[in-house]
Amino acid sequence: MKHDSKFTNQKFKLVGTRVTRPDGVDKVTGRALYGADTFAPGQLVGVILRSPHAHAKIRSINTKRAEKLKGVKAVITSADLPDLTNGDSELYDTLENCMARGKALYDGHAVAAVAASDAETARKALKLIKVDYKILPHVTDVDEAMKPDAPIVQPRVKTKDKPGKPTNLSLVSTYGHGDVDAGFEQADVVIEKSYKTEQVHQGYIEPHACLASMGPDGKGELWVTTQGQFAYRNTCASLLGMEISQLKVTSSEIGGGFGGKTHVWAEPVALALSRKANRPVKLVMSREEVFRASGPASSTSIDIKLGATRDGRIVAAHAALRYSGGAFPGIWAEVGAMAAWACYDIKNVQSVGYDVIVNRPKVAAYRAPSAPMAGFAVESTLTLMADELGINPVDFRLKNAAREGTRASYGPTYGPIGIAATLEAVKKHPHMRARLGKNQGRGMACGFWFNFGGQTCADLAIGVDGTVALSVGTIDVGGARASLSLIAAEELGIPYEQVRCNIADTASLGHNDMTDGSRGTFSTGMSTIFAARDAIKQLRERAAKVWGINAKNVTWKDGKAIASSKGERKSLTLKELAESSANTGGPISGHNQVVADGAGVSFASHICDVEVDPETGGTKVVRYTVVQDAGKAVHPDYVEGQFQGGAAQGIGWALNEEYVYGDDGRVQNAGFLDYRIPVCSDLPFIDTQILEIPNPNHPYGIRGVGETSIVPPLAAVANAVSNAVGVRMTHVPMSPPRILAAINSSREEQALAS
Amino acid sequence: MPDVELFAGLRDAVAGAKSVQVEGTTIRELLQNIAREYPSLHKRIEQGIAVAIDGNIYRDDWDQQISEGAEVVLLSRIAGG
Repeated sequence: MKHDSKFTNQKFKLVGTRVTRPDGVDKVTGRALYGADTFAPGQLVGVILRSPHAHAKIRSINTKRAEKLKGVKAVITSADLPDLTNGDSELYDTLENCMARGKALYDGHAVAAVAASDAETARKALKLIKVDYKILPHVTDVDEAMKPDAPIVQPRVKTKDKPGKPTNLSLVSTYGHGDVDAGFEQADVVIEKSYKTEQVHQGYIEPHACLASMGPDGKGELWVTTQGQFAYRNTCASLLGMEISQLKVTSSEIGGGFGGKTHVWAEPVALALSRKANRPVKLVMSREEVFRASGPASSTSIDIKLGATRDGRIVAAHAALRYSGGAFPGIWAEVGAMAAWACYDIKNVQSVGYDVIVNRPKVAAYRAPSAPMAGFAVESTLTLMADELGINPVDFRLKNAAREGTRASYGPTYGPIGIAATLEAVKKHPHMRARLGKNQGRGMACGFWFNFGGQTCADLAIGVDGTVALSVGTIDVGGARASLSLIAAEELGIPYEQVRCNIADTASLGHNDMTDGSRGTFSTGMSTIFAARDAIKQLRERAAKVWGINAKNVTWKDGKAIASSKGERKSLTLKELAESSANTGGPISGHNQVVADGAGVSFASHICDVEVDPETGGTKVVRYTVVQDAGKAVHPDYVEGQFQGGAAQGIGWALNEEYVYGDDGRVQNAGFLDYRIPVCSDLPFIDTQILEIPNPNHPYGIRGVGETSIVPPLAAVANAVSNAVGVRMTHVPMSPPRILAAINSSREEQALAS
Repeated sequence: MPDVELFAGLRDAVAGAKSVQVEGTTIRELLQNIAREYPSLHKRIEQGIAVAIDGNIYRDDWDQQISEGAEVVLLSRIAGG
């Protein structure tokens, strides 16, 4: 059924308030159940043997000694996960990533797995598995992988213009419009700059974990930490040759995902182990495994060319973006190419994305995937241009900002958007006028993300006491249960506390797409509104039945059915209608399924102050402000939390985080000790300013807010560091050695010049 | 007849053409007609695309109406984190 999802400017009583989060007590008392927190009778421990080589042919795997070890119940290799993908190349890549098939493609690639009665036995068994490897030349650098003589990672990926010739370049994607060459001819100033960003991990605190149970009857259950129980079900069932209805997947509480839990990693392996052992198998990845074998974001190499006239108008822009996809084809560079220039109104613009395969883990989405790296390169160059032209960087961006009616660089023409509003807010913000101290610098940058909706449904069951159980199929990764309860309570006209929002398993609700693309509150909020209105329709009908009148004469207001007839005003509360429901037609519940498209693009502008120690290159962020359009902030605390979380992750990306690879192609820092994400003591309190420019395609005007805030920090920090030390930083992360090297190099150049 | 703009890999499927002219009053009709008139685009559509109508990106809602004179852009279907 088609619903009218247009914005109606409804006045709210609850939406927009800062109510107590429903999961708080469970989380602070340890009662909340995460991926590793459930147990089944007779459960086994699953562990995975991983390749110690970046690239190696697997000549043979001998599992006999492991199988004979007492306590070992199952040993599997790729032979236990036969190819059932039926030509679906994306699914085949997932299968091959879960378990190497004849070739290990990166350090940490799974090659075999064991289920045993305890962890010690399982680990002993791993040591008894003998894998005969033939080590192959490897390539981990995105630029090196594009060279003609680079080792080929995936021979099945062929060059388009030279049919049959294998390549590491899996996709070239071009976006833009106008005549870029002619545009550069009009420019008074042209700046060309190259940038690099290193591979980072989403850094979710909870590792991948699941409890898989396959019965001899072919039915299975999976308890798992995931951003999408339905997508996990569909993928796992396909890989194991099951009908999807025979696999029930329940999502646990989630200790962070940020895109990394939108893909299956070890779950099909756990299910295959369980199927072979005929026992439940719990599989929890170690932190080292999470780094080595679950999806990081791309490393990139980006060239920018920007042309502007002296009065500050950008007349041409070009970006060449090379993104590593890990050992499998991806569209990461394509997304970067789409996002690169999206903040700006540029007549002549082109971006070309080069998706490159390397011997690294399969890249996964990370919060506005691919946009932060493109944003780093573009926004750094914009500030360079503003400085060159002698124009305030905010004014320069405002002059070129995309507005309603602007043709986006990725194709469509924008409707109402908020980039200029965020820039105006930045311009007025007291942060921009605050004095800087010694060795301090200030930078700002903008960011863009598409946002998505998708298939969604919700059930709203009214109990006989009039309280409400709301079941949804997107998971609560950022406060969804509070926001959705607020929405249900708002529609029904009852207190927030009378709604309990539950995350449904795959057997209890229709399909819901992955909780990604900042869609949770946007799309499940929409579905909740319609489910509540469905329930209200029934409540009105029940009241009409009680009163013996036509339901058309019954309205719903403030939690009551109201009718006026013959001068007499009658009302029945939701509680009263629920109590009498057995005699008016039975249980009352509302349901909705919707394809929630029209999520509306999102923009943010950030301000960053840093202090750089010129002796060590160590950098501390001393002040940080996020300004972002939320459409409508349903629960402002959570919206601010999303803004702050994205900024914190972006700051870590900008200053510290990177995978370090040895010459042997192995990861050197697979742990939080050597891969340093920012902790509270590293960061100032991140200030936020929520703008509310309603999304015309949502009844409440909601836009997704979860991702955009990670896009500007790389460039905002880089611009601040460059402002502080007088040297343009072009390589992220700007770790102390890199900053120190840049400072020393600049000093040497100045000394030579003088 | 809407002028349907194409981007990136979609252009490769039609020898680099930036747009194709196809009838369609809904996304469903449009995609069916594209698949029939441009078989080379059919596989690409099956792999997943998004359709932007007057700036709004639709990935799944094939019932969406395409009004006379609407701007229609075919894009790669991408996902978020």
